[in-house]
Amino acid sequence: MSAIPLRTIHDFPGGVHPQENKEQSTRTPIAIPPLPARLVLPLNQHSGAPAQPVVSAGEHVLKGQLLAKATGFVSAPVHAPTSGTISSLEMHPVPHWSGLEESCLILLPDGKDEWCSLSPIEDYRTAEREELVERIHDAGIVGLGGAGFPAAVKMSSRKASKIHTLVVNGAECEPYITADDMLMRERAAQLVSGIEILQHMLAPEQVLIGIEDNKPEAIATMEKACAGKAGIEVCTVPTKYPSGDAQRLIWLLTGKEVPNDSRSVDIGILCYNVGTIVAVHDAIVHGKPLISRITTLTGSALSRPGNVEALIGTPAEHLLVFAGIDNDTFHTLIQGGPMMGHTLDTTAVPVIKTSNCFIAGTAQEFPAAPPAQACIRCGLCADACPIELLPQQLHWYAKSQNHDQLQHHNLFDCIECGACAYVCPSAIPLVQYYRAAKDEIRTHKARTEKSERSRVRFEQRQARLEAAAAEKEARRKANAEKARKLKEAKAAAATAPEKSEAKAEAEADPIQAAIQRAKAKKAARAAGTDSPAKPAKPARPQLSPKQKELKIQLSMAKAQLKKSERALPQMEEGSPEANKLKDDIALVQKQLEQLQTEFDAASSAPAEAPAATEKPVKAKKPALSDDEKKRKIELAMKKAALKKAERALAVAEEAGSDQVDTLRQARDEKRQALADAENTGVQA
Amino acid sequence: MALIRQTSPHASGKNHTNHIMRMVIVALVPALFVQMWFFGWGALVNVLWCSVVALGAEAFVLTLRKRPLAFYLKDGSALVTAWLLAMAIPPGSPWWLTFVGVSFAIIFGKQLYGGMGQNPFNPAMLAYVLLLISFPVEMTSWLAPQGAGVDPMGLTDSLQAIFAGHSIDGWTMATPLDVVRENKSLTMAELWTEKPQLDGLTGIGWVWVNLAFLAGGLFLLKQKIISWHAPVGMLAALGVMSLLFWNGTGSGSHGSPIFHLLSGAAMMGAFFIVTDPVSGATSNKGRLIFGAGVGILTYIIRVWGGYPDGVAFATLLMNMAAPAIDYWTQPRTYGHRKPKRGMAKSE
Amino acid sequence: MDVLSLESVIYALLALLALALVFGAILGFASERFKVEGNPIVDQINDLLPQTQCGQCGHPGCKPYAEGIANGEPINKCPPGGQATINALADLLDLEPMALDDEHGEEKPPMVANIREDECIGCTKCIQACPVDAILGAAKQMHTVITDECTGCDLCVEPCPVDCIDMVPIATTTQNWQWPLPSSSEQSGMQLIATDKQGEVA
Repeated sequence: MSAIPLRTIHDFPGGVHPQENKEQSTRTPIAIPPLPARLVLPLNQHSGAPAQPVVSAGEHVLKGQLLAKATGFVSAPVHAPTSGTISSLEMHPVPHWSGLEESCLILLPDGKDEWCSLSPIEDYRTAEREELVERIHDAGIVGLGGAGFPAAVKMSSRKASKIHTLVVNGAECEPYITADDMLMRERAAQLVSGIEILQHMLAPEQVLIGIEDNKPEAIATMEKACAGKAGIEVCTVPTKYPSGDAQRLIWLLTGKEVPNDSRSVDIGILCYNVGTIVAVHDAIVHGKPLISRITTLTGSALSRPGNVEALIGTPAEHLLVFAGIDNDTFHTLIQGGPMMGHTLDTTAVPVIKTSNCFIAGTAQEFPAAPPAQACIRCGLCADACPIELLPQQLHWYAKSQNHDQLQHHNLFDCIECGACAYVCPSAIPLVQYYRAAKDEIRTHKARTEKSERSRVRFEQRQARLEAAAAEKEARRKANAEKARKLKEAKAAAATAPEKSEAKAEAEADPIQAAIQRAKAKKAARAAGTDSPAKPAKPARPQLSPKQKELKIQLSMAKAQLKKSERALPQMEEGSPEANKLKDDIALVQKQLEQLQTEFDAASSAPAEAPAATEKPVKAKKPALSDDEKKRKIELAMKKAALKKAERALAVAEEAGSDQVDTLRQARDEKRQALADAENTGVQA
Repeated sequence: MALIRQTSPHASGKNHTNHIMRMVIVALVPALFVQMWFFGWGALVNVLWCSVVALGAEAFVLTLRKRPLAFYLKDGSALVTAWLLAMAIPPGSPWWLTFVGVSFAIIFGKQLYGGMGQNPFNPAMLAYVLLLISFPVEMTSWLAPQGAGVDPMGLTDSLQAIFAGHSIDGWTMATPLDVVRENKSLTMAELWTEKPQLDGLTGIGWVWVNLAFLAGGLFLLKQKIISWHAPVGMLAALGVMSLLFWNGTGSGSHGSPIFHLLSGAAMMGAFFIVTDPVSGATSNKGRLIFGAGVGILTYIIRVWGGYPDGVAFATLLMNMAAPAIDYWTQPRTYGHRKPKRGMAKSE
Repeated sequence: MDVLSLESVIYALLALLALALVFGAILGFASERFKVEGNPIVDQINDLLPQTQCGQCGHPGCKPYAEGIANGEPINKCPPGGQATINALADLLDLEPMALDDEHGEEKPPMVANIREDECIGCTKCIQACPVDAILGAAKQMHTVITDECTGCDLCVEPCPVDCIDMVPIATTTQNWQWPLPSSSEQSGMQLIATDKQGEVA
């Protein structure tokens, strides 16, 4: 054997050695399962914003055709894995911790497997970097190792720092999973080609392929494939979970640590999973988007465990049947490995871009977790933690929901690898504690941010309203001043000017005076805006807008009635308020009836011939609505006046004021005026 | 089909708390046999009686706290406490003494703090100290170890001594640590000739008990039940202290390092007491410091303090220091420049 | 027997007095020198309130209630904040946590307003009622709620003349789903079978 270039491997602290269980699924080459009856394509198979569908139900699509486009910076598109018909967009179970459903496109294959036209890049060496990045983005490539971070985003987020090292992650430290192992054994050439594309794009000084030493075949194949390639080095790392975590692998191979507040790109290192790089090769050299992936099917409930190249969207049950599932012993379905993977409720979930493994386990293989005992502070968890957190302390604080302390103890640096829970002698579900605490803190933060935003919005609104009120007040004062001067002048000039009703009332009661002033002003303003423009034309009955108006009035009246009726039972029977309310209700009911008949009449009237005039309805509308508006304004003002009068009356009654009678009279007048106005409005 | 939903990880290691406790008890067996060999049946009766009392006391408190009995009794922590206390006090001690001690250990030393995992002090040592302070006479009435194979006290004698209160004065004598401590006139060589039972190396009594504890400890190390840090820290500190202050074999001698390492509760303390995870330090570095602290304090108490042996006091003192040790030995988290000590800043 | 002469008493008193003065001076200096500038208490209280501006506490907005609390009002009048807010307030003000006063409403899951848009008549009444300007629309135009800004305060429901506004609970999706804490065997009842924790799902 040729001399393997010796590279210092930097051991990381902690880590565990769970049973590997990898040999079951490496006995047969990668198989291709038959086409399933339907494909389920979730719109969100990656980290970031969900994709947005660009096809509609019933549309026929070709293999590789874009089905949903990326939205936002961190997002990835979804393509058709085979040709067929889009049957629907529906909620469907997806491989997610929560067991909740997500919106998925359902594709019914037509069996022809017909490609759309592909446009591979002839020679990527002559292509622009930006073009290649765009290709990778448009191909929907995300990190196939598990996190699903869009591959192109990782590349383009690099600004200032130069990439000096490309780390290729073939460690695959999770037990059971062999997808990357088989990929390296069978597709080393594509992998190396993909690496060369990335070398061209990123120009790193070195490419380090990290493979755990429990995969001798893959190491041998990769060494052969990389022989004579400049700058590519295959590095063997000792088998220890979680060496396949990107930052652990970077540490193992380079001894460099990624500061907690930055990403590996910031220190000039990019890390890609081997599957991702093969997908890059396919996208650039063949122009194929990411529509399939290597998935390991394993577990004791399968009689033919192995790896398959599964189309994205293939339901898990289809694959499990292909791998010979024994439904009698089948007990647990896990997506991913036993350390970080999650159990699924149903086999209906599809393969998504990040599904590297499905484990169909028996009850013996994955027994129910024993009940948690008390923590005995043995410290095994701290010894196992690869990033030297204090899992024990985090556990206490998570239990007591002490968010400050949790963050102080770097909860958010936890990679949820599960090493601590694996070694815990008391079987405490530590990882779940951390996940729950993280979610809780995130939600809390979001809530705090929102309430801060609400506070600002509220304060701004208050300020705006106050400013408006102040302005109005200032204007009112100015007007009052003007009116006073005018009056003085008039009083001086004339001996006994005819007193308007309003003025008489104004003298009687200051509140009324204010209302009258406001009324006068409003009327003046309304008149001012309306009259000079065009003289009010006699209302020509335009049926459809009128119908609309009536309808609105009808519904408003109905709502008013409902509200009043609702308020009635709360009042004491026989009290003056109740009586008043009853009167009101009767009044409104009467109005309602009138409106209803009016509306019915309007509806039953022969519909206006649409083409009677050349002019569209719109043109005629303003004249009419001016009139309507005026009437409506009057109505509203009268209503307001009535309300105010009633309020004043109530105050007076409470205070036992001697003005009660005057006020009551005033109110009745207002009510009458309102009824009149409404009647005229209805008749108009 | 019903599929089980569980949180990850779905695999787990082999160590389980019940298993750990069982192994500790197994590791105590050799020492128990040696004690029986030298001190008679009293040692075994002690252990059995303590176990019964411990389980009873635990069950009593669990009932009061409305906790499921079987689940907690099965974890074995009460048994371990009982065994440790039983083997630390003189074999053949009266029943009420052990009763008081074990009940105190379980009820006050453990359950009142919230049960297993919550107690700041080692319950067995807490009870030992309580008994030592309250009943100094009974607690220092060790039977004289007899020559190999000579049964010092039959089973019936032991039972009578323990439960019927028969006097055992004729049988008792001071421990070597006591002797060395009280001795002001004889050289070490003269001492050993005078009281052959005490001579460590010729093979009687104490040394063998300590060696049996050492064997049990090595077994635990091999089984990866305990880490080497705390025992090594304690024994090294005790050895270094006794070496530094060894003033020869004259009449004012403090005793040689070998004497200190192999007498009293040195080995028991090193492998079974300071390794208690609940009341000790958490990190490996912290355990070294914790063990060393116990070793140094033990020597100081033995030589200059008021009691013949100091393991119990030293352990309790260091238990108090454990949070501080954890604080100062906090590791640096990956990606952070330095360890974040102290409390989170509250708003 | 003149051990306690007047003189020695005076000396002792003088010494104590001197000590008291020195330490007093040091303490006084320290309290001035290392004074912590704190937020005014009203702002601190306001920061803990949920800022829904719903007025269920009887105040027109959260800030006035914060002022009320600062003046000794009970801290249990805020249903949207619920028990968590009460506890946080109790913590801040060093009071005993108390139960929510159900006179002001009960704790509900977070809600958002939803306008049934085909029924909206464009009256702008809800826009005027919204304390955080979270409703968009103009007269005679259909209105809609900016869901992200809606605090779920309820205030727009009453003014609507056609009752087309509903308060709907925020739906749980895979995006906002949260891990629950493991049900602890230490607290509450005992669950000895692990599958009980997650619930067996068919």
